[in-house]
Amino acid sequence: MAKETKKEPLIRLTKRDGMPAYKKLLIRCISLLMACVICGFVIYAITGLNPVEVYSTMVSGAFGTRTRIWSTVKEMMMLACIAIGLAPAFKMRFWNIGAEGQVLVGGIVTAGCMIYLRALPPIVLFSLMFVVSAAAGALWGLLPAVFKAKYNTNETLFTLMMNYVAIQLTSFFVAKWENPFGSNTVGVINQNSQEGWFPPVMGSRVFMSADIVLILAVLMFVYLKYTKHGYEISVVGESENTARYAGISVGWVTIRTMLLSGAICGLAGFMAVAGASHTISTSTAGGRGFTAIIVAWLAKFDSGAMLLISLLLAFLQSGAGEIASKCKLNSYASEMITGIILFFILGSEFFINFKLMFRKHGKEEA
Amino acid sequence: MQGFISLFQAAVFFGTVIMFGCIGEIITEKAGNLNLGVPGIMYLGGISSLAAVFIYEGSTDTPSSAVCVLLALLASFAGASFGGLIYAFLTITLRANQNVTGLALSIFGSGVANFFGGSLNTLAGRFEQISVPVTSAAFRQNIAPLANMGIIGKLFFSYGFMVYLAVILAIVTQLFMQHTMTGLNLRTVGENPQAADAAGINVTAHKYLAICIGAGICGFGGVYYVMDYIKGTWANDGSIEKLGWLSVALVIFATWKAKNAIWGAYLFGVLYWMYLYIPGLTRASQEIFKMLPYVVTIVVLVFTSLTNSREKQPPAALGQSYFREER
Amino acid sequence: MSEAVISLRNVSKSFGSVHANENVSMDIYKGEILSLLGENGSGKTTLMNMLSGIYYPDHGEIKVNGKVVNIRDPKDAFDCGIGMVHQHFKLVDVFSAAENVVIGIKREHGLDLRGVSNDIRKICDKYGFVMDPAKKVYDMSVSEKQTLEIIKVIYRGADILILDEPTAVLTPQETEKLFDVIRNMKKDGKTVIIITHKLHEVLSISDRVAILRKGEYVDSIETRDATEERLTEMMVGEKVELNIERPEIKEKKIRLRVSHLSCYNSDGLKVLEDVSFDAYGGEILGVAGVSGNGQKELLESVAGLQNSMPGASIKYYSPDDDKEYELIGLTPRKIRQLGVHLSFVPEDRLGMGLVGSMGMSDNMMLKDYNEGRSIFTDKKKPRELAEQILNDLNVVTPGLSTPVRRLSGGNVQKVLVGREISASPAVLMTAYAVRGLDINTSYTIYRLLNEQKKAGVAVIYVGEDLDVLMELCDRILVLCSGRVNGILDGRSAKKEEIGRLMTLVSAGKEKR
Repeated sequence: MAKETKKEPLIRLTKRDGMPAYKKLLIRCISLLMACVICGFVIYAITGLNPVEVYSTMVSGAFGTRTRIWSTVKEMMMLACIAIGLAPAFKMRFWNIGAEGQVLVGGIVTAGCMIYLRALPPIVLFSLMFVVSAAAGALWGLLPAVFKAKYNTNETLFTLMMNYVAIQLTSFFVAKWENPFGSNTVGVINQNSQEGWFPPVMGSRVFMSADIVLILAVLMFVYLKYTKHGYEISVVGESENTARYAGISVGWVTIRTMLLSGAICGLAGFMAVAGASHTISTSTAGGRGFTAIIVAWLAKFDSGAMLLISLLLAFLQSGAGEIASKCKLNSYASEMITGIILFFILGSEFFINFKLMFRKHGKEEA
Repeated sequence: MQGFISLFQAAVFFGTVIMFGCIGEIITEKAGNLNLGVPGIMYLGGISSLAAVFIYEGSTDTPSSAVCVLLALLASFAGASFGGLIYAFLTITLRANQNVTGLALSIFGSGVANFFGGSLNTLAGRFEQISVPVTSAAFRQNIAPLANMGIIGKLFFSYGFMVYLAVILAIVTQLFMQHTMTGLNLRTVGENPQAADAAGINVTAHKYLAICIGAGICGFGGVYYVMDYIKGTWANDGSIEKLGWLSVALVIFATWKAKNAIWGAYLFGVLYWMYLYIPGLTRASQEIFKMLPYVVTIVVLVFTSLTNSREKQPPAALGQSYFREER
Repeated sequence: MSEAVISLRNVSKSFGSVHANENVSMDIYKGEILSLLGENGSGKTTLMNMLSGIYYPDHGEIKVNGKVVNIRDPKDAFDCGIGMVHQHFKLVDVFSAAENVVIGIKREHGLDLRGVSNDIRKICDKYGFVMDPAKKVYDMSVSEKQTLEIIKVIYRGADILILDEPTAVLTPQETEKLFDVIRNMKKDGKTVIIITHKLHEVLSISDRVAILRKGEYVDSIETRDATEERLTEMMVGEKVELNIERPEIKEKKIRLRVSHLSCYNSDGLKVLEDVSFDAYGGEILGVAGVSGNGQKELLESVAGLQNSMPGASIKYYSPDDDKEYELIGLTPRKIRQLGVHLSFVPEDRLGMGLVGSMGMSDNMMLKDYNEGRSIFTDKKKPRELAEQILNDLNVVTPGLSTPVRRLSGGNVQKVLVGREISASPAVLMTAYAVRGLDINTSYTIYRLLNEQKKAGVAVIYVGEDLDVLMELCDRILVLCSGRVNGILDGRSAKKEEIGRLMTLVSAGKEKR
């Protein structure tokens, strides 16, 4: 019956009350470093390249030339923009997995404007694209929100499915707008006249998108932190009962927040089409809608942190692309590396929230 | 009639891939873990099997079919379970958020698979399109005498063994969940981990095992796709990802019961391929038709949330991590 | 008594900075019924959770039958013959009784539900339970669920049963039945530990009483030597007569008139039935009843958080303009916009009254953040209010922006009550306002309520401790199964009378 042989458990966990900011930062940096070391090993194992050389190749791939810098910034801004859009929804604990679809529908209507309304004066065309892309994204976010508010329908799965409805919709329009015929792509829209393209500023068209995203980042920071809406989002995210007690209409806040969230994701689609690729395809969103969820989550919905994490991921993507082309491998290596790094950052949160206690010395370990 | 037969067959091919994914995800979710990494896991399963038999077929002049099949299944199970293990370690031991971890796993899995899928030849120093003819043929071998029995043969016996394996697995899973002690304990973990813990069930071990085995079964979906569906090659077109998400959708459609996954999977297949059999569709409007499985899932999702039946709800503790000393 | 089956030596356990148990050393003897007595928060449950493998002690040693054991999880506890029935039932809703009993057990014949059902029937016959093995848990009443938990523990062959507050959710009749079962178990040679804070139950069921106070073991005495006074003294540490102040009513003015209020909960059960009463400014109206008999729904109906059946009316008589307002069908925000001064301290402090992740400051504006035209929140006023409450009520917190979740229970309640009173209400409703608080904080709360009463506020006090209700309240409304069984005068009411009304289920009415 009684077991004398059993020993005290080797490691026990207790929840932490809190942790100083510098320690949190340290833990995150260590995890990032470890991830880089592991990635170095993986790359070495596959390509036989010296890991240090690999990282310097990556840096030059991401920041080596002016064009490369802009392309990295472009990638970063796309990710950040979607993450900013997702932040209010996730802060409200609404699992909006549907950014991919919201970006796509924003892209579709933007492309539609560029194709059918190219005759409009640029200012009017831009304003119109801005508005309709936001509206389309908002609509895509609205649907799951309404059902969540009214019938408590699971939003994670609903928004997930909406992605694929949007992808099929995109395929539909790609087939419709095909150019040249038989290519099954839309091609570069308004290749020569460049109607509806973002004008180049400081030598790059990315400049404008970057500005829009930075403005959005600041606005979102203020919105979440200092406005009544932001306060309501925090309360609803913490506890629906408290929200009802405070007289907050949970349903309305859900719907309003998802309208906003979807609209910003729609704008990301606008920037992807009008500001970057000037075409539309099912890969316009390219999985960024999913990656951005992780960005927003890891940043704890803080605008600055979202920009930083986006930069890190964009750097990885450009850098890994460089390695791939150097070694004649394909560019999916970047997704692999991104995955590994995300695992490490996700895992590091544990050491911030929990304390480990070891048997022998009962010593604390970060 | 011919149209019906080919639609039926297409639906079975399509349905088999997502049935594997769905069964694996049901086992995972019954243990209380919502693993959104299914696409990544399917990718890992597919590429592991492809890489293993690619190396094997390349190493010998007379590859044996049996070895090929066995190697493909084992490698995919190992590869996919490895993906599950990463997810399990992060969400159970390190208590990371399940949704976010699952998405990261999807990114990782698709990265690894497409990287190797696209580079296997280069890495091996060959230049033609990757292919594993012997294995693929073994996977596509139908039950010869029965398959020639006219319509019945075409409808029910014209497939590779994986089609029947999926159905058997679904039935076994259903029986396991409903009629075994381990199944009951596993469901307890997903419904109420506190209760399971207090009853002396090792919550962590059950979750780990369920996730890894579930992931291994999801991986079979990848194998079937690679070996049978696209006949032993690799395509970087994101199809597996799409199928992976459909598997997750199918879990909801099946209301977490493996037996429903069988007909649900085939129904999804019919919905997906229906556009081919509806006359007068342009290439553009076909794409609209391909939305059907997703739209149907949304309708089912809304419908189940409306009816609110106790027996049709997801496991009560789905998505939550468990820490015994919580207070 | 015979030899000790369990010996605890210097057992300690803390959660963060809170010491739940400190250096507890005590023995439990074979075949006895031991009451573990202590106030809310005295560490009774934590201590027992260490025996049942839910928590692992930070320090100290546990011996079972003379051997040192390490109980690392519930399975180890079962191996030692220890089984615990937790206050929050650990049952799976969608499973049947038989399935719930059998989970986690290694069996030779696999999942043989028929065999299990037979075993359950045998246990029922032996100890006097009633249970249908095929019944699903979601169809069970609270007392059935508890019965199932006890069967579960016995089925696992436990010789030492720990029951955590088993009577908290039971009617007196059900409690009597439970006690009969416990006596049967004792006859069968089992050792039973009951965690409780109800003195009369301690005296009626147990052989011996062990007392915990603030996480420490005080002493134990034989029940035959114990009296209520002696136990109270040991429990609180010093002789405490409640001596709650009850100022005379100066002027009684009607503030709230509830009539014919009925409502259903989310499971479709009727939780309030034809409730009617008045509440007056300048008095404290107590609401007594076993918890879960409609108290929560009653207060939430007034606060605009419950849907009620047609025909009900909740009238509010404004002290500002002497007009009357109908509150039925209004949302909390509408009620506030009408100029109704209604404050509400709900039972679930962090899950309803406050936002756990926000600091004191941000919590201050929970109800009025929306005032004014600006799209921005006004951060200054809440901060000033928070500082004022911090000073007036001696709230202990590292800072105004420290998440209130990290504060101790008493301080959380001070923040909540402070905010609700600061809104200068005309009607103040409190639900279990002193639950889990130490004596000092409780008295602070009583004082605050009396101040409100003197200021002419209509105070509604939902409580569970009859002694407090009888000393604090001017009138006591007794709820049972969602019905008002009577409204008594607080000064003349007899405890027995209240107790009788609390458990008097009218004929033909089904109990919840």
